[in-house]
Amino acid sequence: MATINSVQESIIENFGMLDGDMEMTIGYIMELGAKLPEFPEEHRTDENIVKGCQSKVWLYAHLEGDKVIYQADSNTAITKGLVSMLTEILSGQTPDDILSADLFFQERIGMNRFIGTQRSNGFGAMIKQMQIYALALKSKIGA
Amino acid sequence: MVETQLNIEKIRKDFPILHQEVNGKPLVYFDNAATSQKPQCVIDALTHYYNTDNANIHRGIHTLAERSTTAFENTRKTVGKFLNAAEAEEIIFTKGTTEGINLVAATFGRKFIGEGDEIIISALEHHSNIVPWQILCEEKKCVLKVIPVNEKGELVLAEYDKLLSERTKLVSVNYISNALGTINPVQEIIDKAHAVGAKVLIDAAQATPHARVDVQAMGCDFLAFSAHKVYGPTGVGALYGKRALLEAMPPYQGGGEMIKDVSFSGTTYNDIPYKFEAGTPNIGEVIAFKAALDYVNEIGLENIAAYEHELLEYANELLADVEGFRPIGTADQKASVVSFLIDGVHPFDLGQILDAKGIAVRTGHHCAQPLMEIFNIEGTVRASFSVYNTKEEIKYFVEALKSSIKMFKK
Repeated sequence: MATINSVQESIIENFGMLDGDMEMTIGYIMELGAKLPEFPEEHRTDENIVKGCQSKVWLYAHLEGDKVIYQADSNTAITKGLVSMLTEILSGQTPDDILSADLFFQERIGMNRFIGTQRSNGFGAMIKQMQIYALALKSKIGA
Repeated sequence: MVETQLNIEKIRKDFPILHQEVNGKPLVYFDNAATSQKPQCVIDALTHYYNTDNANIHRGIHTLAERSTTAFENTRKTVGKFLNAAEAEEIIFTKGTTEGINLVAATFGRKFIGEGDEIIISALEHHSNIVPWQILCEEKKCVLKVIPVNEKGELVLAEYDKLLSERTKLVSVNYISNALGTINPVQEIIDKAHAVGAKVLIDAAQATPHARVDVQAMGCDFLAFSAHKVYGPTGVGALYGKRALLEAMPPYQGGGEMIKDVSFSGTTYNDIPYKFEAGTPNIGEVIAFKAALDYVNEIGLENIAAYEHELLEYANELLADVEGFRPIGTADQKASVVSFLIDGVHPFDLGQILDAKGIAVRTGHHCAQPLMEIFNIEGTVRASFSVYNTKEEIKYFVEALKSSIKMFKK
């Protein structure tokens, strides 16, 4: 099982191959989004929309054993790619690991340069929402 | 079609910001409806003011105060002439169009509009010509009415006729729509409003960069515009108002400059325009505003409008060829704005890919959410052209658009 840090390292490596080219990077992010598994329609509700994103982002999480499984979708291709990186990193991990994760990949791939201020605020909102899910599901395991 | 006589290459040299690369590509700036770039003469006027003339205006007796006051008031005269106002005192300096509209709502509105009275705006308005009236209506219990648009993004004047009545106290509409570029029949709107005794405010933010605006010929009662869309600095604009109205209106904000005499038993207010200019204004920017208008006058607004129309027609011709292209706003009379969607591609994605190719366009609702609702869309991609743009840039933009769309068809 890949760890949060090992997935981040492989993302960083893939971005490194793009050599900082803006167009190629955006194209790559969109490709990642296209690979996201289909989002279950029953979870496409207003309460699963992440607040603070300009684009619409739906995020849902459930437990499989003691692991949190995230599912996500967005109405814009680039944002879908961005959220897919987060689900790749955090999905299948335990709540404790998610809550203590250091998401260093953002800085290492120079995310802010690619997505601008507005989208990076939205990205922060996605991470926060994923942590809230982890916290809520952690209490379920404990119960 | 008459080819333009303007030397665009020479004009481009006047704008230092254009000569740079963005994301490794030459900058193509097509966000002119949001703000225009500034020619060197405007930048020079600003730095000259801060380097040599900076002093607070109107109250000083020393040389620098005299210089800054003279330059400041010279801008007022130039703006007056630019709009063909009867006198310079009818020009009030503001932060921009938004403040101009808010000023009218807070002063004219406060005094002359009451319960049951009606204000008419249009479905094409920017939020800044909607929200001030909603605030006023909430406070005064007056009613806001909206002229609808047709599927081309043109105002339906037959419906306007039905909205007008003796209850109408003010009609406030834009001259050119920022979101779609529709040029509205303001003369007809003004004449019909006056026929029922209503006053008219024209939001000319998008018009002043592209069209000759003559407030006396139009007969509008108020007109607001922003310097930054006419090659001038940000944070400065002008509100024109007819003298009799401005004199009858209460002050906007209290403070220095707007008073004649202050005592604790009462205050007498200054004459117009100073009555509406409390506090130290944006002096340097107002002074540089003159340089911008001089620049426009030198090129000639008619020449600018003709050239921009050429750009618009060229863009429309090339864009018609783009797969899935869906223009939003196809009015017969349009300024050099192309607002559009591409089937199956979100405007945000498109805007970001174009940025990666060095092209600056605007994406979103363009501060006109009610209008977007009418078209049942979240927003558009908007490319707006200015006198320093070229056909080569438009060609590059359309090619970039085509290759961006391919990224979605994989």
